[in-house]
Amino acid sequence: MSMSMLFLVMLVGVAATFYFCRQRSLSLASELGGIRHLHSLPVFYGVQAALWCAIPCLLIFGLWVVFDDAIIRELTLQYLTEEQRSLSANELQLLLSTIESITTGSSTVNDPQLIAISQHIVDFRSVSNLALSITVVCSLVGLSFWAWFKLKPENKARSNVERCFMLFLLLCSTLAIFTTVGIVFSVIFESIRFFQIVPIQEFIFGTQWSPQLSIRADQVGSSGAFGAVPLFTGTLLISAIAMLVAVPTGLMTAIYLSEYASSRVRSVVKPILEILAGIPTVVYGFFAALTIAPMIKNGLHGLGLDIAFLGVSIGPLEVSGESALAAGLVMGVMIIPFVSSLSDDVINAVPQSLRDGAYGLGSTQSETIKKVIFPAALPGIVGAILLAVSRAIGETMIVVMAVGTAAKLTFNPLESVTTVTVQMTTLLIGDHEFDSAKTLAAFALGLVLFIITLGLNFIALNIVKKYREQYD
Amino acid sequence: MNNSVTTESIAPLASEKTPEKAKTSNVITEENSDAYTTVGQAFSENAKMSMRNVNVFYDEKQAIYDVNLDIGTNEVVAMIGPSGCGKSTFLRCLNRMNDTIDTCKVTGKFLLEDQDINDRKMDVVPLRARVGMVFQKPNPFPKSIYDNVAYGARIHGLADRKSDLDDIVETSLQKAGLWNEVKDRLQQPGTSLSGGQQQRLCIARTIAVSPEVILMDEPCSALDPIATARIEELIDELSQNYTIAIVTHSMQQAARVSHRTAYFHLGKLIEVNETEKVFTNPDHGLTEAYITGRFG
Repeated sequence: MSMSMLFLVMLVGVAATFYFCRQRSLSLASELGGIRHLHSLPVFYGVQAALWCAIPCLLIFGLWVVFDDAIIRELTLQYLTEEQRSLSANELQLLLSTIESITTGSSTVNDPQLIAISQHIVDFRSVSNLALSITVVCSLVGLSFWAWFKLKPENKARSNVERCFMLFLLLCSTLAIFTTVGIVFSVIFESIRFFQIVPIQEFIFGTQWSPQLSIRADQVGSSGAFGAVPLFTGTLLISAIAMLVAVPTGLMTAIYLSEYASSRVRSVVKPILEILAGIPTVVYGFFAALTIAPMIKNGLHGLGLDIAFLGVSIGPLEVSGESALAAGLVMGVMIIPFVSSLSDDVINAVPQSLRDGAYGLGSTQSETIKKVIFPAALPGIVGAILLAVSRAIGETMIVVMAVGTAAKLTFNPLESVTTVTVQMTTLLIGDHEFDSAKTLAAFALGLVLFIITLGLNFIALNIVKKYREQYD
Repeated sequence: MNNSVTTESIAPLASEKTPEKAKTSNVITEENSDAYTTVGQAFSENAKMSMRNVNVFYDEKQAIYDVNLDIGTNEVVAMIGPSGCGKSTFLRCLNRMNDTIDTCKVTGKFLLEDQDINDRKMDVVPLRARVGMVFQKPNPFPKSIYDNVAYGARIHGLADRKSDLDDIVETSLQKAGLWNEVKDRLQQPGTSLSGGQQQRLCIARTIAVSPEVILMDEPCSALDPIATARIEELIDELSQNYTIAIVTHSMQQAARVSHRTAYFHLGKLIEVNETEKVFTNPDHGLTEAYITGRFG
């Protein structure tokens, strides 16, 4: 029986269990003189029975699928010769995949021993498949009858279903947590491997970044330079430019929208800002690379300044003058809606009574905002800004397209710099062995970035929380 | 002040009725008719503020119907009435606080001395410095006690030197009866005070800009009885120097602090009289029904 067929059978079985148990509860109810004599509504008895069938069957099914391959592999090993078994892990893997390809008929290897083994694998698979089908169908039928016989009017079906629902929700929420934990651990372990090759102090304090230099594996660490300082200064520079654009603009927008704008203006401006937030960052990247960067270059050229020129021709368009400024400006525009909508919420959360109090003393609107509302909302605004900063630090696409990958240690916004995230993508693009310092460096960068943004988010959320408590 | 001119320049719309005649109208439905007259003494010889033909609308819904009322100089006028009767709305008209509500439309004359404050050309900023307001819930700014009181004086440029500002803060806090409690901790946040202290801080803040009239919108409704008693004493002291209009839900409070009491019902000013008279021998049947607790 194929997997999908088996699945269909399970579905039908569960549906039948639901139907019959519901019917049984109805007939029990009519014997007792009405549904009100049951503990729960008939539908709950049906759902409860269906769950009792479905959950164990799915568990069996899932475990079987997970362990199936490993067991068959172990069984296959016994048919290999002594020297085949003593091969190194990589070569053994190669041999096994050859056998595997014989089973699917895609290999033309004509070794009779391997063909015999592949025949064994096919047999094991069919046995396993049959066994699974039988086990699942038997347990399905058994559980259905058990559920049918166990059904009593005083069963607390409703609360059992409730509990199952709660467990299901819990499972869903822990999925995200486990994923996070998994990511953190994988990043940490790979980083540890990286720090075994490159000393941690060199990584954190080194001012040279040129991972491309390490061509041969035995040269790693001696010739390749893994000083992350230029990357972090680059990130800092671009984020700082972005915040210089986004914070004042976003904040003023928020103040205008929440304090001055008539509801008509607000109903037009807010959705447009939200559109800005919905533009994919890669599109911002185009904009930065094709419009802003040349504009800056030409503008500065007109002023008699010349900047790093990296002439790259794409069709009729000449893209050039990659600068941190271009990326920073566009990233700033991208973050404006983020800052403005968060600050707008914070400003709106300032109680009307404070505004009334200020107006009641004869303040003008701008005095009220400057002296009362802004100070009151300040912690929340700081929180919003910190969240925006962590967003800017994590941004990749715009920088990739508008700045490039040259790791320069500079604070001149007109030069080309690179950021942590950009380096991470370039390190991992293409075919690499996963134990070279070059690819592992990406994990180390990721770890540092993760710690920074986590720290920022933690501080930001705490500030916002503290601020909330002030009025609630 | 030129009160005689002021009162003459506005012809009272409602002639004062005799109490005996008015007392007969004890039917609520009668008050729902558009034409009605306020009974009692709505007018004052020595008016600080004179309101004439006041109508207030929220969108299409009328909240105040043709109210005429004077508030005398250094007088405490209490406004009472069941919830939704328009007393707070009326109070908020007196310093144009209703401007902040988009849907609110106010018509009628509001004379502060001889100036119509409801004139669209009237600058509300200096007006609100002259007519201060204390709100239902204490709303100190998230600043220090000192800065809370100094706020108004600063924005209106009332002090040229730091020492002047210190004086203003000290006298205002003294007038509000808070000085002794906070003089050693002026730099602490205003929100660290207790509810009653916060409300007195808000009163001090209002006094600091030297208003002529103080409006109080249920100033004690968020306070416990002891703090309430303290505020009531304060209102009594303040009435030596200020004209006060107070909205209250507590009839005992109105009886304790006010000179005259105005009874509002469904947006109409039913009766205005000396406080003692309102609470012992009201002219109007509705007032009597309200103060004896038959509704509201």
